[in-house]
Amino acid sequence: MALHLDIVTPEKKVFSAPVDNVYLPGADGEIGVLPAHAGLVTALKPGELRYLHNGQVVTLAVGSGFAEVTQTKVVVLTDMALGEAEIDEQTAEAAIKRAEEKLANVDHSMDAEEVAYLQGIISRSAAAIHFKRKHRG
Amino acid sequence: MANLRDIRRRIKSVKNTAQITRAMQLVAAAKMKKAQDQALAGREYAAHLTQVLFDIRRNFTEESHPLLEHRQGGRELVLVISTDKGLCGPLNTNLAKAVRAKTSPDAHFVTVGRKLRTMCEKLGKKVIADFTVKDPVPFSQTRPIAKFVTQQFLEGNYDKVSIAFTSFVNTLRQEPEVVTLLPIQGHRKGEEQAFESIGKGFSVEEHVNDPARDFTFEPNPSEVLASILPLYVNYEVFQAHVESRASEHSARMVAMKSATDNAKKFIKELTLEYNKLRQGAITAELLEITTAMKAME
Repeated sequence: MALHLDIVTPEKKVFSAPVDNVYLPGADGEIGVLPAHAGLVTALKPGELRYLHNGQVVTLAVGSGFAEVTQTKVVVLTDMALGEAEIDEQTAEAAIKRAEEKLANVDHSMDAEEVAYLQGIISRSAAAIHFKRKHRG
Repeated sequence: MANLRDIRRRIKSVKNTAQITRAMQLVAAAKMKKAQDQALAGREYAAHLTQVLFDIRRNFTEESHPLLEHRQGGRELVLVISTDKGLCGPLNTNLAKAVRAKTSPDAHFVTVGRKLRTMCEKLGKKVIADFTVKDPVPFSQTRPIAKFVTQQFLEGNYDKVSIAFTSFVNTLRQEPEVVTLLPIQGHRKGEEQAFESIGKGFSVEEHVNDPARDFTFEPNPSEVLASILPLYVNYEVFQAHVESRASEHSARMVAMKSATDNAKKFIKELTLEYNKLRQGAITAELLEITTAMKAME
């Protein structure tokens, strides 16, 4: 039984093909998914996603989002999904800096959504940098 | 019958018009490609999000989250997404017609784009807010709009929020649409296809008795719902903007292309008439000379 993996970001469909297994960065820790997994909807936190495709392990840095798991299918909806080559540390660091500056100017009690959004950018970019460094070193 | 100088002047002015419309056509064509790509790329995400929401809807009731709550009462807020500039064919007129047909007459409006805002004001509709969105559409600019309408809904100022936009079908076809944004639809059993997804071309699959769709939730159902619903609203609003933008540039490209073609045709006709007149004048002149010569003999 095959497990079909779809990774979708607002910009494009990053990946869509059958895989042997998937590891997701779930909100409560890493989740490993094999074919015939029970139905599951989970929140994702920024981190590392791995899947085994044609005998090769592929890793991607992903942002926050959701994953829907059914017996034959995994759909990952996230705001970022980048391979190692696509991550530019400087851009990511600049994004963190910008978001932190904005965060300092936002009224935390008034604008909870804005704060969450900015924190999302920070944690997502931090995850990307972490991922890049780990795979280079 | 116009004289030679008049025709020459007209040819010149039509040529100028053709040049302008042609420049606009080229600009629109360049923007169109980008906007269309953006619209098509976003559809996948919006469609998957809709599908997930649809799949998990049986696990929730109306009381699970305030964004799902159906209320009695017909106070309606309509988010209208039109264009800032004209010269894009019947796009805005069609959208205005759809808005009139599908929303309640005393609805209030939130507008994006100048064209329909001025129309709403002319018709005496109440516009409670107006936003401008850059081109190409950045997600960071549609978020405040989604936030604003969500707030209006949650504070109980309105019972229903609709969104009117132009859905992009292809370069030659754009369809005006009015869909309900809030309360988020489709979690009700028996309400078939109530789940309206922005960005057609994907249908929502129905799996009523599929045991594989009995989901567990991590960390827990209410937390998942609390973050997926606002995300859904944000993306529907974003996708509606992107679709409208793609439609706008496509419509403008087509309108300007036909304007250029018409101008060219007109130039051809005028040139023909000009040449005829010129020939006539020469013939008349020759005739005069020959007659004079004949008379002298």
